Amino acid sequence: MSELNMLETVERYIRGEMNPDERVQFEQLRKTNAEVDQLVVEHTFFLQQLNRFGEWKKFRHLLQFIHTDLAEKGSIQSNRLSGKARVIYLFNRYKRVSSIAAAIAVVTTLSISALVWTLAPASPHSQFEELNKKYSQLEYKTRKQASEIDQIKRSKTIPVDMPFTTGGTGFIIDPKGYLVTNAHVVSEARTIAIQNNLGEYLVEVVHIDKVRDLAILRVTDDNFKRYGALPYSISKKAGQLADPIFTLGYPRNEVVYSQGYLSARTGYDGDTLSCQIEISANRGNSGSPIINRRGEVIGILNGRQTNAEGFAFAVQGKYIYQLSDSLRNADPSLSIRLNGRSNISSLERSEQVKRIQDYVYMVKVN
Amino acid sequence: MKPEPYEQGLLKGLAEGDKRTIEIIYKDHYNMIQSLIINNNGSADDAKDIFQEALIVLYEKVRSGSFELNCQLKTYIYSVSKRLWLKKLSVNNRFVTAAEDPDSIYPVEDEITAHEKRDAEFDMMEKAIASLGEPCKSLLEAYYLKKQNMQVIATSFGYTNADNAKNQKYKCLLRLKKIFFAHYKNGMDHE
Repeated sequence: MSELNMLETVERYIRGEMNPDERVQFEQLRKTNAEVDQLVVEHTFFLQQLNRFGEWKKFRHLLQFIHTDLAEKGSIQSNRLSGKARVIYLFNRYKRVSSIAAAIAVVTTLSISALVWTLAPASPHSQFEELNKKYSQLEYKTRKQASEIDQIKRSKTIPVDMPFTTGGTGFIIDPKGYLVTNAHVVSEARTIAIQNNLGEYLVEVVHIDKVRDLAILRVTDDNFKRYGALPYSISKKAGQLADPIFTLGYPRNEVVYSQGYLSARTGYDGDTLSCQIEISANRGNSGSPIINRRGEVIGILNGRQTNAEGFAFAVQGKYIYQLSDSLRNADPSLSIRLNGRSNISSLERSEQVKRIQDYVYMVKVN
Repeated sequence: MKPEPYEQGLLKGLAEGDKRTIEIIYKDHYNMIQSLIINNNGSADDAKDIFQEALIVLYEKVRSGSFELNCQLKTYIYSVSKRLWLKKLSVNNRFVTAAEDPDSIYPVEDEITAHEKRDAEFDMMEKAIASLGEPCKSLLEAYYLKKQNMQVIATSFGYTNADNAKNQKYKCLLRLKKIFFAHYKNGMDHE
């Protein structure tokens, strides 16, 4: 038997293509002839090797195909094909779903456009393309800037690097986020923010009364969490002479407590809108609440005339009521509910202060 | 940790050479490997080669009937890719600084050694087939790799009948075997 015939026989045996008789005969031969036996073992191994090689190659091919396909679809972040390779890819892709005729049309189109592309003067075209690219980059930048500006305009939180200068004090009069302070504190301001231990929030002026030197602010900040109920009340009564009073304010970057007494029922130069109090106050105290021992706000400290030692003037509390009334008349949506009953009337002074201080803010202007 | 049923399903699909499955695996993991390679002195082309090689390692593993990775698919692919890349870098004497993170690395040394051996064998086979020249090369590829019918092969190659083609095929196969085993035995001697 020639080597070639032997190989064929062995292969037919391995592939199970022999008929039973032939098979028995061949197995007999294997047993008696070591060389044939060795050939079977060797060829089995070889065919296995060839088979695995074929599968390996097919798998590699498939991987390559999938890679190109996914990259073209943008499913993976790999470079897309360019030039000739891309044409081949597209052609292969296209070929699979369409008829030969259509494919020929594509090739024709591609070659014509390639012809046009090569024949057309190259440099102005590429310059134009570059210009076009630059233009779209610019357009993109402008759009981005516009959207950033928009965002800043719309944003209701405080930009990180906004510089604030002097200010005064303000305190909450309605848990929805209304505060009162002195008009002179905020009259020149472009941006106003309030700050205390709880945080820093943007506010806006909703009403200003320069005659009484009062302003009502509303918190516009998205981060602001509205309060439950106010601990103190706003009193309509001016109080009695010698009534002990205290205040919390921000003459510096920290809340400061001062105490004193009501010393006169009228203010500076006989001003009936305000009263005179004996208290140590500084500029930053403008807008601080003047609170009596029952936890009622009887006035708002008006720092304008604090040039004299040891006494100050305060706008009387009843004007807050008048102010909120006139505000409601002007704009019914801005209804402020003032608290008429103090919740801290029976508490110790230090306990009262502890409750109140979260409602008193430093007012910062820009 | 055992792979989830989902991942086992993927591995079974991979073993069958299912295109959809391979696409899913490719899509889910390619970007991770690409950033690994690019962050370690490689190019996007290197990333493609390494990732595909890692998938071949995985393919060979699941072909052998083992669907248990003992780690997540992601970890496995990452570990194999990383080892393969570090090997390649050290072969090229390039500077290697990739820090090993023991938690995210699954030991794959054995698999990679086996893979390298197989790779060398496939390489040998490829070279042997290439050295046959035409028409032997195409004839054998058509029959043994593409598994075409002898009748079809005879027609497409221009033989007058299937027997002639078959005869020619065996001649080619005999040559191929000789070349392959000569290389193969040489390769064994070198080890």
